[in-house]
Amino acid sequence: MEAMPRGLKALSWITGALFGVALYMVFFYAPREAVMGEVQRVFYFHVAAGWVGALAFLVTAVAGVLYLARGNRRWDIVAQASVEIGVVFTLINIVSGSIWARPIWNTWWTWDPRLVTATVMELIYIAYLMLRQGLEDPGRRARFGAVYGILGFLSVPLTFLSIRIFRTIHPVVVGNSDPTAQGAFDMTPRMLQAFMFSLMTFTFLYATALWHRVRLGRLAEKVDQLKMKVMAG
Amino acid sequence: MFLREAPADTLSYMILGYSVILGTITLFLMSLVLRFRSLARDLKVLEELESK
Repeated sequence: MEAMPRGLKALSWITGALFGVALYMVFFYAPREAVMGEVQRVFYFHVAAGWVGALAFLVTAVAGVLYLARGNRRWDIVAQASVEIGVVFTLINIVSGSIWARPIWNTWWTWDPRLVTATVMELIYIAYLMLRQGLEDPGRRARFGAVYGILGFLSVPLTFLSIRIFRTIHPVVVGNSDPTAQGAFDMTPRMLQAFMFSLMTFTFLYATALWHRVRLGRLAEKVDQLKMKVMAG
Repeated sequence: MFLREAPADTLSYMILGYSVILGTITLFLMSLVLRFRSLARDLKVLEELESK
């Protein structure tokens, strides 16, 4: 098995260091929010995780288009890897949001447009992973994954825009919140710096995880091909 | 002089939130490592079988 590329090693170390700095900024650099108290700090990684989810699903859609256009299997591996990461980070986004909501909205869950669209988006991509498992033929699986990944992406802008086009209690980070939003706050310069740094760190974390996950996908493909060869021989 | 209300005591929710966030990321990264090792083992066995 080929050794880990030097670029990936360097990226992993950089991401680890950035993650440490991001944690420092979230817990010690950013001030405590005046009304919500400590739970507001969940916001930094909650939004960053949501950003990674959206980015991952965008990469899946782009990889799907490239697979359909060029027919190269590596784009299918990228798409699947990206969905897996997107599902993990969207789950983090939903659960951490629910934990933040308990003291602020006085409930773990409410049928708010943002919460519903984010959960539907998560379920769409969980279904992507499950349905792929049911297809034996690699070519058919890849074509299915590409088309599903492109169509499934429609749920991402819907989730992003849900708090801007529907009446909602979910606060808006970029832009003006609905007057009925609960838990909105004005960011101080230090809060904004911690927020932007968290977004950057999670983007690095996504790139690192994707590279590792793509290597895993390529290894799995190699094992599958060798298995077929050994069985045939 | 105005008295300012103290922030809500929500420390336990912050701890719970970050436990979930960091725990889930750790579990995912560990799953990548474990799956990679398992596949590397499979590959080694298959290569041995193929060479026989």
